[in-house]
Amino acid sequence: MSVRQSFSRVGILPRDLKDLTRGQALWNASVPVVSVVPLLQHREGDPAACLVAPGDVVREGMIIGRAAGPEGAHVHSPVPGTVRELREVFLPDGRRSPAVVIELGGEFDRLGKSVRKYPWENHSQKDLLGIIADKGVVGMESAVPTHLKYTIPKNRRVDLFILNCSECEPYLTANHRLMLEKAPQIVEGARIVAKILDPRRILIAVDKSRKDALDALGQAAKAAEFGAEIAMVGSWFPQGDEKQMIRTLTGLEVPSGGEALDVGAVVSNVGTVFAVYEAVALLKPVIEKALTVAGGAIRNPGNLKVRIGTPLTDLVEECGGFVEMPEKIVIGGPMTGSAIFDLSTPVTKNTTGVLFLTSREIRNSRRTNCLRCGRCVEACPMGLDPTNLFKLIDHGAYGEAFGQGLKDCRECGCCAYVCPARIPLVQGLRVGKAVSLERGGAA
Amino acid sequence: MSGRKLLTVGGSPQIHEEGSTISIMWTVSACLLPAAVWGVGIFGPGAAAVLLTALATALAAEAAFSLAAGAGLTLWDGSAFLTGLLVGMNMPPAAPLYIPAAASLFAVGVVKWTFGGLGRNWMNPALAGRVFVFFSWPRQMTLFSFPSILRGADRVSGATPLGFLKTGLLEAATTAGTPMEYLSQNGFPRSLTDSAVTDWLNSRILERIGISLPQGYVDIFLGFIPGSIGEVSALLLLAGTVALLARRVIDPEIPASYFGAFALLVWVFGGLPFGGEYFTGDILFHLFTGGLMLGVFYMATDTVTSPLTRRGRILYGAGAGCLTFLFRVYGSYPEGVSFAIIMMNIFVPLINQFTGPVRYGAGKETAP
Repeated sequence: MSVRQSFSRVGILPRDLKDLTRGQALWNASVPVVSVVPLLQHREGDPAACLVAPGDVVREGMIIGRAAGPEGAHVHSPVPGTVRELREVFLPDGRRSPAVVIELGGEFDRLGKSVRKYPWENHSQKDLLGIIADKGVVGMESAVPTHLKYTIPKNRRVDLFILNCSECEPYLTANHRLMLEKAPQIVEGARIVAKILDPRRILIAVDKSRKDALDALGQAAKAAEFGAEIAMVGSWFPQGDEKQMIRTLTGLEVPSGGEALDVGAVVSNVGTVFAVYEAVALLKPVIEKALTVAGGAIRNPGNLKVRIGTPLTDLVEECGGFVEMPEKIVIGGPMTGSAIFDLSTPVTKNTTGVLFLTSREIRNSRRTNCLRCGRCVEACPMGLDPTNLFKLIDHGAYGEAFGQGLKDCRECGCCAYVCPARIPLVQGLRVGKAVSLERGGAA
Repeated sequence: MSGRKLLTVGGSPQIHEEGSTISIMWTVSACLLPAAVWGVGIFGPGAAAVLLTALATALAAEAAFSLAAGAGLTLWDGSAFLTGLLVGMNMPPAAPLYIPAAASLFAVGVVKWTFGGLGRNWMNPALAGRVFVFFSWPRQMTLFSFPSILRGADRVSGATPLGFLKTGLLEAATTAGTPMEYLSQNGFPRSLTDSAVTDWLNSRILERIGISLPQGYVDIFLGFIPGSIGEVSALLLLAGTVALLARRVIDPEIPASYFGAFALLVWVFGGLPFGGEYFTGDILFHLFTGGLMLGVFYMATDTVTSPLTRRGRILYGAGAGCLTFLFRVYGSYPEGVSFAIIMMNIFVPLINQFTGPVRYGAGKETAP
């Protein structure tokens, strides 16, 4: 097996802290007694239309929310039980969403039962996309509905499909475990995607610190006679960002304001491809999620398969409680994730991790004026000048900031991570983008 | 609610790299202290008074100006302490106390706070303070006491090695081939430590590889020479620098390109004033004299007044190295580090303009 190596610098090398959980095999978390299932689990547009009412009995995997509008995704019941109420909840990203509260009860249709593999090979591309949509698959990090991402306009063609196995956020190792434990399934998922996209080339990109996963995927691909090339990439952050991944592997740059398909590439995360496998080969909707629970405040950090809708309180219990009170509770990775204020917040389809961080891990400090040290400029993977953009936005010069590439900011957080003055660069740039888009792109 | 610990919320990223403004300022100060203490040790209590005056004035000025500017008390960030310490270390040990006070006041009050405090100044405050008093009180600023171990009945104060050299070369043509020979021939004082250490080095180590170190270099390396309080001990300044580089508080680009450009020019042209050939300049002598260590490692690397990108910093350091050489060897003042760095401060916006980062995907706008 020949492995291409591309280690060119991207962003930063953060303290990754993955050793806390790297060796922890995935285990099934207890099924929650009460699940809180948000109906807004996709990136944009309206919440799914609720199909159930309080008192209704639902079965495991039954559809309970139907996508409203073209940008939406269906939502399924993660457990059998009875709908207790409909409630509004805060999502980790700060949006509000209606949610179905389900009390556990009755018999599982999937759990503990053996499932027959579905012969997907004979289906057309359109049918496969239909199954993916039916099963509510969204990007396991981005929350973009997967059937939309894989619907390629007629005038476009996919040159390259990248199976993105980088998982570059510190702390997170759930995808790493998935690769070790489910390599044949992931490869089958990639074969399904390849059938849909019909790319000229397929690349599986793995972080160089994960040779074990690389070997597992390589062997699985060989066994399945799957014609994918394997590439090793650096442990940079954000190596897993699709624009960075494309540049690292192909040298091509997605044009400013454009998308991966503009250079003929489609990039999918390993978690998403596994969800595609489950949806198509097992006809299983997205009702559970592999994620990492870590951080200095939790007693037993590890990698869990968790039902969607599980409140974080259940996860804390599952992982042995706190050794000390966390300073921050983060959903997602520490670089791009959100700090939440409510432990009843539920796990959603794109929850990649739950971190209970102590103040020693956060390393906050008092904010000062900018020292002009330029660390943010060196760190920015998009080649922007964050300190200058922040200043322009601060002075209301949105148009000028836009002209200097503000819209290219991916909010990866490298700039604010390295900033010794602790300037909230990401928030500043986020606000600046919102205001300048409101004003039509150039004020 | 009171007394209950709450969760911290806020936008991403949720974690940070270790360093902070506060830790940078206090770490640099801590790394400077050994060299400052050395200065006090060899120059005596007068030097301590100068240092403390500079520090106290800087802190008082920071407090007064930050409060007047409505920024609250900002002493905690450590920048005023560092500026005061640098000003003090740049003073002759016997300066009348109004000079360090004036330098610190100018540095913090005028150079830093008229532009809005920390991070807003375009010129290095400590250097600006030094240059301000240098031109205001030129006589007092060029009168250097000898370290106590070099003092004799007839020898209390005089010129630094570079000053001695500059005056000598202006007055008469010389037969000496190198700066060190010139100093020896003209009775520049030397410590007993120097000959002891030099002899030991030569007999034990250097002889075996066929080199012989002339006398005098150990003095300028360890700091047994007249000079500003904090500039004389190249050894301790280097030790502090190693700590700063290891902790990644300062970046290596500016020192590397500064020393590179300066050493190259000294090597190529430095022998000419002594009637020597090209490529005979005495690099070692120039590196350890005239406050180069202090200036390059602790003032040229000031992030506020140096360029943003790596490429910019390399250019900036090289520029400062060339200017230092020009000022020192061909200028009318003996040293030149301060002027060179301040000159380069002026060019920082221009350098930033031409060395900005390369944007990802720029110039490839998509068709609508």
